Amino acid sequence: MTVDLTVDLCGVRLRTPVLAASGCFGFGREMAGWLDLDELGAVVTKSVSLEPRRGRPTPRMAETPSGMLNAIGLQNPGVEAFCATDLPFLADAGATVVASLVGRSAEDFGRLAARLAGEPAVQLLELNLSCPNVEHRGEVFATDPGTAAEVVRRVKAAARQPVLAKLTADVTDLVAVARAVVDAGADGLTLINTLLGMAVDVHHGRPKLAAVTGGLSGPAIRPVAVRCVWQVATALPGVPIVGTGGVATAEDAAELLLVGATAVAVGTASFVNPRAVVEVAAGLERYLAAHGVRSVAELPALFKAER
Amino acid sequence: MTPVREACEVLGRRRVGAYHALTLVAPRIAEAASPGQFVELLAGEDRSFPLRRPFSIHRVERAGAALGTVEVVFDVVGPGTRTLAGLRLHDLVDALGPLGRPFTPPAEPARCLLVGGGYGTAALFFLADELRARRCRVDFVVGAATAERLFDAMEARRLGHTLTVTTDDGSAGQRGLVTDPLPALLGRLRVGHVFACGPMPMLAAVSRVAGQHGVPCQVAVEELMACGTGICFSCVVPVGDPARPGEPARMARSCLEGPVFDGAAIAWGELGHAAASGPAP
Repeated sequence: MTVDLTVDLCGVRLRTPVLAASGCFGFGREMAGWLDLDELGAVVTKSVSLEPRRGRPTPRMAETPSGMLNAIGLQNPGVEAFCATDLPFLADAGATVVASLVGRSAEDFGRLAARLAGEPAVQLLELNLSCPNVEHRGEVFATDPGTAAEVVRRVKAAARQPVLAKLTADVTDLVAVARAVVDAGADGLTLINTLLGMAVDVHHGRPKLAAVTGGLSGPAIRPVAVRCVWQVATALPGVPIVGTGGVATAEDAAELLLVGATAVAVGTASFVNPRAVVEVAAGLERYLAAHGVRSVAELPALFKAER
Repeated sequence: MTPVREACEVLGRRRVGAYHALTLVAPRIAEAASPGQFVELLAGEDRSFPLRRPFSIHRVERAGAALGTVEVVFDVVGPGTRTLAGLRLHDLVDALGPLGRPFTPPAEPARCLLVGGGYGTAALFFLADELRARRCRVDFVVGAATAERLFDAMEARRLGHTLTVTTDDGSAGQRGLVTDPLPALLGRLRVGHVFACGPMPMLAAVSRVAGQHGVPCQVAVEELMACGTGICFSCVVPVGDPARPGEPARMARSCLEGPVFDGAAIAWGELGHAAASGPAP
């Protein structure tokens, strides 16, 4: 039986439903020795800001049960360097590119979208509205429906590409935030970002991260991601969702696709296995064939909420 | 020199003082490895998704009559290294390597001083082999907190023209830090190049002393790392551009641009928290 792995994400045809998640794949070139970038569903770049950012001091990471905390602090070379060096490399490699954007204000996001509007190598935009590693909680736009929607409106006014809003589960009512950004024009959603966490070095009585708190990722957060995708997909049927959070195997990906994700993104797993993104896609193909499912799009219909 | 992933059989395990050493059958990594590079290891059937652990390559045996091997040295400091220490012969280890930028040997035969702290000394033996093959004179300074925590001083004595030992408590060699005998040795041995591996505060001090004597110094740093392949941005060190002294330091990934850096290029003062951090647990 032949299985169709391609998916339509906001009008963009992806080779597979498995993307490399933002912040866990560099700018793609780091991984070019380990896999062919044109085999991936898409590369979601590390978040790009208007100006270069140095990021946080070290230690920036701490291993935790079934996952890790990070406080990288959005280190990136800035949008101009991204367009001058990283983007041409990704285009030459034949990668489908989702540019992840991060800013300190709605205006920043709008300017980034305007800058990338003329870059045909960028097929989609993802708005990082939810990175927990910022100086002020006010920069976590996705904790408030109004500010999140304002960012989306600014971006949509300038963008040529479809726009995904990446949200956080660290809110009381995720559906309210999701509805606000969709009403503001977001073409799709990415769920979820890392969860804000903290770990303490008890032998020295201090935080394990220089930034004190950080983003929790890895399989530890997967049940939260599954819950979020299911809640939002149920409340807002028809809105494309990229499900992400602790996906390390094809079965993990299937979980998110069954509850309503259009595609999934593999993040922390790439740190352990540089080929995780392509191996999850290959495993998904076997999974679909074994269950007699011809295409990824058929999966949500197979999910029954009652046991 | 693209790194590869190999499933490596444990060929040997031994204790060296306070440390553990594992020899892995890794023909492709052994073939490509250079001194200063590292491997990222993952072992065990742990279903809780542990991250890999980075280790400097201590020694390699290139493929000859037998398959090529790589040896790493480590201290048991947490669950990852505890798992590795518990491996038995013929167990499998999942390895990525060789990773990172190696030491750059002098273009001409030169006098080289190798400075190691704790198990950091282990990475310098592979370098000493290569420097000797290039007809360089090799002298060693090795230090540790105690005699037990010196790494294989006997082998350092065999590889080096001279060996100077320091311990914090005076239980072996002279009491004090590895940097204490450096000024005298740099002058007396007419050292042309310094190579160092050990804890960050030690590397900062060795770089400073070498700089004061106008001797180039390469250091292999150890930073907490999640991936080893350049995508997590955890293992950064602040690196300055000597041509632009006023510019703020750039955060360079030690897995790609390092782990070997020019000691004069690292903005040691900006390390802050990092200088106090230990190895990956």
